[in-house]
Amino acid sequence: MTHARRLTLAHLWVAFAAFAIAAVLGVWQMWARSPLPAPYLTAQAYFTSVTAHGVSMAYVLTTFMVMGFGYYVAETTLGRPLPYPRLAWLGFALGILGTLMAAATIFAGNATVLFTFYPPLTASPFFYIGLVLVVVGSWIWCGLMIVAMLDFKRVNPGTPVPLAMFATVANAVMWLWTTVGVAAELLFQVIPAAFGWNEAIDVGLSRTLFSWTLHAIVYFWLIPAYIAFYTMAPQAAGGRLYSDTMGRLTFILFLIYSLPVGMHHLFMDPQQSSAFKFLQMSFTALVAAPTLLTVFTISASMEIAGRLRGGKGYFGWIAALPWDRPMVLATGMAFFMLWFGGGGGLINMSFGMNAMVHNTSWVTAHFHLIFGGTVVIMYFAIAYAIWPTLTGRQPASLRHQRLQLWLWFIGMMVMTLPWHYLGLQGQWRRVATFNYADPVIAGWGPWVIVSFAGGIILLASALLFVWNLLEFHRDRAVVAPEHPPIYALAVHPPNRVPAALNGFALWNVLVLVLMIAAYGYPIAQFFIIDAPEAIVHRVTGGG
Amino acid sequence: MRADTEQDILKTELWWTALVTAVVTAIMLAIIYAGLVHHINPPSNIETVDPKTLHLTGEFTEGNLGTRVDGSQITSRIVATQFAFQPQCIVMPANRTVTLRFATPDVIHGILVTGTNVNTMIIPGYVSQVHTVFTKTGDLLMPCHEFCGLGHSQMWATVRVVPEDEFKPGPDGRVTCDAR
Repeated sequence: MTHARRLTLAHLWVAFAAFAIAAVLGVWQMWARSPLPAPYLTAQAYFTSVTAHGVSMAYVLTTFMVMGFGYYVAETTLGRPLPYPRLAWLGFALGILGTLMAAATIFAGNATVLFTFYPPLTASPFFYIGLVLVVVGSWIWCGLMIVAMLDFKRVNPGTPVPLAMFATVANAVMWLWTTVGVAAELLFQVIPAAFGWNEAIDVGLSRTLFSWTLHAIVYFWLIPAYIAFYTMAPQAAGGRLYSDTMGRLTFILFLIYSLPVGMHHLFMDPQQSSAFKFLQMSFTALVAAPTLLTVFTISASMEIAGRLRGGKGYFGWIAALPWDRPMVLATGMAFFMLWFGGGGGLINMSFGMNAMVHNTSWVTAHFHLIFGGTVVIMYFAIAYAIWPTLTGRQPASLRHQRLQLWLWFIGMMVMTLPWHYLGLQGQWRRVATFNYADPVIAGWGPWVIVSFAGGIILLASALLFVWNLLEFHRDRAVVAPEHPPIYALAVHPPNRVPAALNGFALWNVLVLVLMIAAYGYPIAQFFIIDAPEAIVHRVTGGG
Repeated sequence: MRADTEQDILKTELWWTALVTAVVTAIMLAIIYAGLVHHINPPSNIETVDPKTLHLTGEFTEGNLGTRVDGSQITSRIVATQFAFQPQCIVMPANRTVTLRFATPDVIHGILVTGTNVNTMIIPGYVSQVHTVFTKTGDLLMPCHEFCGLGHSQMWATVRVVPEDEFKPGPDGRVTCDAR
């Protein structure tokens, strides 16, 4: 096994181990919020669990998945060994150390601040330092991805960077921009406060800095799924990618428009003006474009596959697709969930309408559907596609993989659709228990129980997923082909592409300009208006 | 749909891009219309208040909290603290434009009023202000909707919406839930 593949395997196992633990916690949290009596339920236990669930799913699963998959893509698409593998292992070690530090503070009851850790509530400083170490590990990954691409371009002048790698580097560049906000918040505001060096903190500034990171981070999680849509799904379906150029444009648009939009998380905040909220909402509307372009390009690619397999008529090609292949099945399900999740997202970003849903269960349901649904189901499909090349073995039948994907899809729908409805009814988020004696809340009870049932199905799927991964390591698994084709060719594979579609120098300049326009004054205003500070409230000591 | 050359494909994609642009533009126009014509805008008044002296001086001292009528203005002032609202119940008349003003001396909170579009974050350092018209009478729930510490789940207040003719301020212009 090459270095890159050992790295991939290590990263992905960490990612999915964190995922499995978080899935168990998630189901218990749904139980706690339902009218049914849940065991071990105290406020301390609930918010410890929510913090652990959020940190594991949003930071550990995603970061390790993105890094592990990135190493795999770099090695397999560039046809060169990974540069500086020792540095890659250093990044991995920092990530593990940071994760363990954060986990220790959470389970000791010293970090019940949830994964968004809004000050002036502050946790043990080692919680934040742990998170910073994970981010520093991922910065090493970003550097390695950029170096790998530049090495390839130097050795192969004029040759287009393969789309999967181009997208991976787009994500690395975006992530470097993304983490600036939260890094500034943690290093200059929160960590000094957590150590007790500061007794007061500018909360308006910290929320604004966090919002810088808060939306682009979602695209950091999402891009592996989009890489699979563009490069793996058409191949698995037996077709071709409709347009390589549109793929490149999509990832460039994600880089540009995922960043100057974070203020749509602050629509209901009093410390920012309507003008900047409106500006960032307009950019948010533009980020719908790459998603809608993807829907078109991937549908067209799948149509090519369906017609090559004998599908006829307007819709006959859909039935002709090889739905028994996990990658194709997962892509179909991911798209289905993307329609609901994307539609919900358009409502969230709508300035005025946001008041109807802000901090209700609608929001929780929205990001579970689009991240837990669309994105994570593609993480599963990616794992199933690349694991045979990591262990050299695969199970004789794909039946359990299909079953697992179906369970995840059904569980996600059963959990999130009632959850959206409850949000519209005014059910608020982030509470451990509801007072079901209240007549309004009592009416929500049955829907909460349905949602909880969806959570149980999701847990079953999560456990089956881990079992399916272990199958790849078992002796009874059959030998897998060593170099199966994984990435799709384009209908017209590019011979040459313009420099703008083969690198990021130009686009970084544009991001800088947009970020100054979108965040320059909103951050500067806290130094101009001399904003009052809030007294730091430490949760350390389980209190 | 032709796909003989890269040019054919780009042409089809551009048609789709035009359609996408049209859809996004239509959504934006609807939002601008709602904002300008129906005054549906998020709370964004950027009005600072020092959380350290909130309860000692000025608008949010204890005697000044709750609903008060001042001429044609009906305003309710509420302080959100870990883990209660002050006051726990406010009275509002139906079908009148009312103003809710919130502040906090400690950590971040947030509120919504069930069954209405009233929703705002409450950030230490700032006054959050919402204008609204309550159309249904009865007791509405006003929970804290942002995690503010371990007692967060038990933090809520009541908005008592009464018919306009039953909304009778006392001589000092105040209306409280106890008086009714």
